[in-house]
Amino acid sequence: MEHTHLNLTVKVWRQKNNQSKGQFESYPVKNISTEMSFLEMIDVLNEELIVDGKEPIAFDHDCREGICGMCSMYINGKPHGPWQANTTCQLHMRAFKDGDTVVVEPWRAAAFPVIKDLMVDRSAFDRIVQAGGYVSVNTGNAVDGNSLPINKDKADASFAAAMCIGCGACVAACKNSSAMLFLSAKVSHLALLPQGEPERHSRVLNMVAQMDKEGFGACTNTGACEATCPKEISISNIARLNQEYLTASLVADK
Amino acid sequence: MTWKQVFTSSVGKKLVMGLTGISLVLFLIVHAGINACIFADLVNPEENGEMFNKAAHFMGSTVLIRIMEIGLFAGIILHIAQGYLLTLENQKRRSVGYAVTYKDGSKWYSRSMGLLGTLILIFLILHLYHFWVSARFTGKGLEEEITYNGVVMHNMFGLMKATFTEWWIVVVYALGCISLAYHLAHGFQSAFKTLGVHNKRYNIMLISIGYGYSIIIAALFILMPVSFIMGWIG
Repeated sequence: MEHTHLNLTVKVWRQKNNQSKGQFESYPVKNISTEMSFLEMIDVLNEELIVDGKEPIAFDHDCREGICGMCSMYINGKPHGPWQANTTCQLHMRAFKDGDTVVVEPWRAAAFPVIKDLMVDRSAFDRIVQAGGYVSVNTGNAVDGNSLPINKDKADASFAAAMCIGCGACVAACKNSSAMLFLSAKVSHLALLPQGEPERHSRVLNMVAQMDKEGFGACTNTGACEATCPKEISISNIARLNQEYLTASLVADK
Repeated sequence: MTWKQVFTSSVGKKLVMGLTGISLVLFLIVHAGINACIFADLVNPEENGEMFNKAAHFMGSTVLIRIMEIGLFAGIILHIAQGYLLTLENQKRRSVGYAVTYKDGSKWYSRSMGLLGTLILIFLILHLYHFWVSARFTGKGLEEEITYNGVVMHNMFGLMKATFTEWWIVVVYALGCISLAYHLAHGFQSAFKTLGVHNKRYNIMLISIGYGYSIIIAALFILMPVSFIMGWIG
């Protein structure tokens, strides 16, 4: 692809802290290489803001190679920007045209309060995982793992669910701010494997209870989560979660 | 894990929507089937709604059906109340909205179930007033009864004919049925996903059946008032 430079207007959400109201600010950015990533463009803008004596834009980022799930920008009306199966850090500036105005917002959800600017508190996801997204029985060592017969299709489906990086794009995209795609990925990942079997029922019941406690909405199967997920987690995991939950609640002892 | 906890969790609330939704889907098949008896007039011009009147009389006079009717109303009320509660609750989960909303990832009707449901509810109130209230309580428009083989019954066919003489009523019915079609287009498949159907082969099947069902049910219902006002039957 041809290497060119862009001049853009970045309209970005600025919010001092989680108590303040926040508003959009527009900044011109000049001479941005189409080979830059979106975060590098924000880096350039922040350098300029610092030089001008202004507060740089706070945003989450870590690995910058699309696997950690930290970057979380809602760009031009879509989590992680216009590309499919992509994280913000892997979004390149060639996705935009010269003269474009790019609107950048934080994830919007009551369960993800804004900390500052584009940074939101996603610790609700950590607490959901803490509620049951683990295996606490002895599963032996790697050799034991390899000796367990697992259906290839199930192993593949489990691995596909395990791809979830917990970025929260599903919540940001959902009209109900539902965390169901995230939760279903975590539940499916373990429910499909023999190691997850012993805690299968308590896991799904506890994780759903924690999700509700955190203030996420309920799922209405619109499919927006699946369409925006950087790891292409399938919405069929949500149906599996529903089945797991139904079965677990029917056979629960108490 | 009490039953209350199950049905008040986010998954459980959806389960209530799905189960009541599927029961209403089944009801619509019966409703459309009974009402489609009016089309017997197309084949036999001497019919004058006899088959439909007899079918309607059977539905109204059979004890088991009347008991099921209570269940139907309970299902409708639960579906409506839970639907509104869920819609309001879900809206509260995002206190600050987006400047640019995300629309590409989902169908408009899947995001508008509350709105479509409200349109259907408005239509339903008018529809119940036209037929159900008349047949059960007021007897308005049903003063002249009809007798087949010695059995006296309401002339529901006559009431339909008399109701569908004004264009605005036909248009409101058509719009109500179109809202229903879109509501079902999402609701049908969504209900089964909520019940936990995630196998690919069933999903593909249910999506196709869902779309087919929505179109056929809505088209059949729209055809009824249209047939009367156009003079094709009656």
